[in-house]
Amino acid sequence: MRIGVFVCHCGTNISATVDVEKVAQELSRLPKVKFSATYKYMCSDPGQNLVRQSIKDHKLDRIVIASCSPRLHEKTFKKCVEDAGINPYLVEMANIREHCSWVHQNKVEATQKALEITRLSVAKVSRDKPLQKTYVPIEKKVLVIGGGISGIQSAIDISFARYPVTIVEKESTIGGRMARFDKTFPTLDCAACILTPKMVTVSQNEYVTIHTCSEVEEVSGHIGNFKVKIRKKARSVDLHKCTGCGVCWNKCPVKVPSEFDMEMGNRKAIYVPFPQAVPNVPVIDREHCLWFAQKKCGLCKKICPFGAIDYDMQDEVIEEKFGAIIVATGFTQFDHSVYGEYGYGKFKDVITGLHFERMANSSGPTGGKIVRLSDGKEAQDVVFIQCVGSRDEQKGVSYCSRLCCMYTAKHALLLKEHNKESQAYIFYIDIRAAGKNYEEFVKKVQTDYGAVYLRGRVARIFEKGGKLIVRGADTLSGGQVEIKADLVVLATGLIAQTDAVKLAQMLHIPYDQNNLFTEAHPKLAPVETITSGIFLTGACQSPKDIPDTVATASAASVKALGLMVQDKLEREPLVAKVNPDECSGCRACIQACPFSAIEENEIEDRKIKRKRVVAKVLEGVCTGCGNCTAVCRMSAIDLEGFTNIQIMEEIEAL
Amino acid sequence: MKWFISHDTIKSPFLKALENDSGEIMSHCYQCGKCSAGCPIAFQMDYLPNQIIRMVQLGLEKQVLSSRTIWLCASCLACTVRCPRKIDIAEIMDYLRRRAYRKGIAPQGEIGIPLFNKIFLKNIELFGRLFEMGLIGMFNLLSGEFFKDMSLAPKMFLKQKIGIFPNRVKNIKEVREIFNKSGKFGRTRRGKLLYPKLIFLNLLRKLIEKIEKPR
Amino acid sequence: MKYAYYPGCSLHSTAKEYDMSTREVANALGIELLEIPDWICCGATPAHITMHLLSLALPVKNLLKARSMNSYEVATCCAACFNRLKIANEFMEKNIEHRGKVNKIVGQEYKGEVKVRHFLDILVNVFGLKNLSERVVDKLSGLKAACYYGCLLTRPPEITQLDDLEEPHLMDDLMKTIGVEPVYWPYKTECCGASFSLTRTDIVLKLSADILQMAYDEGAQVIVVACPLCQSNLDLRQAAINRKYKKDFQIPILYFTQLVGLSLGIDAKKLGLNKHIVNPMKLLDKIAK
Repeated sequence: MRIGVFVCHCGTNISATVDVEKVAQELSRLPKVKFSATYKYMCSDPGQNLVRQSIKDHKLDRIVIASCSPRLHEKTFKKCVEDAGINPYLVEMANIREHCSWVHQNKVEATQKALEITRLSVAKVSRDKPLQKTYVPIEKKVLVIGGGISGIQSAIDISFARYPVTIVEKESTIGGRMARFDKTFPTLDCAACILTPKMVTVSQNEYVTIHTCSEVEEVSGHIGNFKVKIRKKARSVDLHKCTGCGVCWNKCPVKVPSEFDMEMGNRKAIYVPFPQAVPNVPVIDREHCLWFAQKKCGLCKKICPFGAIDYDMQDEVIEEKFGAIIVATGFTQFDHSVYGEYGYGKFKDVITGLHFERMANSSGPTGGKIVRLSDGKEAQDVVFIQCVGSRDEQKGVSYCSRLCCMYTAKHALLLKEHNKESQAYIFYIDIRAAGKNYEEFVKKVQTDYGAVYLRGRVARIFEKGGKLIVRGADTLSGGQVEIKADLVVLATGLIAQTDAVKLAQMLHIPYDQNNLFTEAHPKLAPVETITSGIFLTGACQSPKDIPDTVATASAASVKALGLMVQDKLEREPLVAKVNPDECSGCRACIQACPFSAIEENEIEDRKIKRKRVVAKVLEGVCTGCGNCTAVCRMSAIDLEGFTNIQIMEEIEAL
Repeated sequence: MKWFISHDTIKSPFLKALENDSGEIMSHCYQCGKCSAGCPIAFQMDYLPNQIIRMVQLGLEKQVLSSRTIWLCASCLACTVRCPRKIDIAEIMDYLRRRAYRKGIAPQGEIGIPLFNKIFLKNIELFGRLFEMGLIGMFNLLSGEFFKDMSLAPKMFLKQKIGIFPNRVKNIKEVREIFNKSGKFGRTRRGKLLYPKLIFLNLLRKLIEKIEKPR
Repeated sequence: MKYAYYPGCSLHSTAKEYDMSTREVANALGIELLEIPDWICCGATPAHITMHLLSLALPVKNLLKARSMNSYEVATCCAACFNRLKIANEFMEKNIEHRGKVNKIVGQEYKGEVKVRHFLDILVNVFGLKNLSERVVDKLSGLKAACYYGCLLTRPPEITQLDDLEEPHLMDDLMKTIGVEPVYWPYKTECCGASFSLTRTDIVLKLSADILQMAYDEGAQVIVVACPLCQSNLDLRQAAINRKYKKDFQIPILYFTQLVGLSLGIDAKKLGLNKHIVNPMKLLDKIAK
């Protein structure tokens, strides 16, 4: 064994506190170290050349680089020694910068510590085994969970590259929240008009498969090879026979409050949520349909000219393989019924942003009129309250929902357009209008549409004399403000979906205290997760508006396509390995693994001439965290690159 | 209004003492105004509650302690329960009032309230339980409104709702001890009736008003 | 059901009828109220404005007296006393620094062992509305009441733990049980002006006028209260309000125990119904018919 030690000055980052020459000298005295040197910037080209040259000159076969954190330059040095002909897994980095020179000031003590750190690395590298990179095949198919604007955009991008993509959507149609909007800021495009062409593109594309009324039930496997079970819930209508003629839902006798219209209007028990639904095929709400509840009616089946109604349809579970998964599950609205000061959600005329969108929409439940829900009269004085649920540590979430300032300004504009006599009063704390043309939009709403902005929160709303008394404050002029309003619109914040945690645990992706999925790095990897092969897009990661959502959707598609174009994927071999002879089959490691990367494996044990169960590591899924190695009572499982023997050697070298 | 802000004001011992003693973190307040919006007495205050917190954030001790607002707070706690940043505004008002007492700072034209509190406590110290006649009598005397609420007196006497004599507690020594020790541990100035000079000036002013009126 | 009873200063003078009616109701329902001997004033608002430790020491002294009676549950009627006693308990239980100082002041060790309950809570939750409805002899049907809780009963919610913060309903439920119709009105917990009764009577007049006006607009014939200060602000000052704001309010302000007592068949005089400034007798006689 001929070990080479290279100590870096890192300019003065290390050499100011650690005597690097002394470290190199001391280490060259160790028995297995045949060469040691220092250099000002080891990661630079001349530095790397020094390493390569020394390997050749002194016939070194293992290398220790004493410098910065491996997170920065481990790959650099691995490639460097590989060029010189040494297995890249015979290199160890001794961190004498972040762990030593950057956190200590006493030169004598710091140098002593640097010596010990490097000695440990020498001990570790002496027990390193040459490892080979593994390769996994990639299934050339992408799964997109969620069919809103982000899911649709991802699917469009991936299908453009001619790779098959599957969208799984919970509702009976794709389109998500955007389908409910009336107009979008700042251009005031009609939301449905810009969304539906994309919906049609995606539905007609030969590379895209859409499963609506479906949910992901189980996910196993690893990047390049995800095995996904999708449950297609029974629609009770045959997708292939139905033409969307509408005879069934016209004749259905049952009326149910429509979730799409925020329960301000009705739908039937057999229904299509909105006219431009894709697929334009109705679904039967089995809870309210008379046939399923009481075995009565059955009218739709009788009058369907194509025989498309099938009451006996059952849920279908299909299993498919995917190479990458894009999570696009979106958001839901904050429930303002926790606010007692705003009426606990009981006042009919206190509504949310989405209610207002549906009211303003000309194909909505009120035909485009902004009315009071209590008596149906047109609303004249409308109060908008921003930051409901957002920026509120006491009753809501602590973060800012990013959109509410803009959509409230848009609502004030729409209010004036729909009703010339109206007046909008907006209570705000700050105006967050950071996007392109957003600030100008807010200015326009104030000057051309007469919206009055009052800086302060609202303390109380109560009903009196048929009006809503709103008591707020204007901190800018320093006074309390009382307004008699016809309608109050609360700009409720965006929060994670209720089943977000379940999905995150199914996919093994992390989520934060607000149940929003966590990205791999908040600045440099906003669409990836720590779990390789799973990407995030849209509001399920953090609240965002439509331009940002579309941008992240395309970003996630690029990441997924990056996997698709490769034939096989390189994987680090630093994973756990089980020695089946030592393994007792206690399954402690299976329970300890957070990634479900260990499974039971039946082997034929020749010694006792019987079959028995031992653990087996799925190398593609294993991330090398070491949990299993710690809990194994038999020391039968070991982590490549961090084996038990290596750790013992390090401890003995101390 | 012009505030001269510097390192001295922002890092003032006043702000630090307030944060330590009351346990509230002043920088949390983002001036949303929900407290001021719901305050029932705000219509009479010179500074709104959120403005007081703002001035505290800037370390403006003198302005805050001599404002009328801190005395007009009724401790109804409507602000505290609604604050989205979980700041106890009523507790901060309490702290400011105690500090004003300790420093002997009286608000302009609102001397009645600090006076009333002192008379009330003296009353308790003397009798153990509140002696209403004593309280009203003393307060009216010292604030110059000698005949205030006189019209209600006969009704109250007839209905036996008010006693002419105090209802003294047997173990009054314990009460006195509590007062003394609280003052000692809390490092509060006690004993003297509040601001004798101010009371005298106030009485003089009221007397002159009364004389001027008929003319 | 036995409780140590802490009346508070006002129940022995300006709110005498509250004390009378509470005792009568407790007597009729079999709830034993033993007045804490030699209790002292809890300090109410002036104490916590002037000296923090004093505002804790005075209530703690009373709780210690209750403890020495071997009673671990104190019943109180006055909302301010209830609030101060509960806050004192909270500090003594959770804040070790204050606990040490207050223990030195009162001369004994106290950790918040004695629990405090408001009489409204006792009637509705401990005695139970079902039991109460069985004892009702005379349902006061036809009477419309606005239940006024004031600010100190429900705030701060973590400490008082009495009722819902913005829309309390304990008193409303109680009223329904005795046949009174509680009106829905938005000023259930709006401040009446509290301790400014003597110092800034103008503020009290304004705030109480708003409360009276709101109750009147919603069709209430009486306002039912649970706090002596609210009662005196709304009752005592009603004439002055009428003079200042040119109104003609004749709304009697009654304690909830008085109405409960009436429904249990107790004589009106025993409940102190003749001690109000705005006379309720005419209205109550009309209802009785």
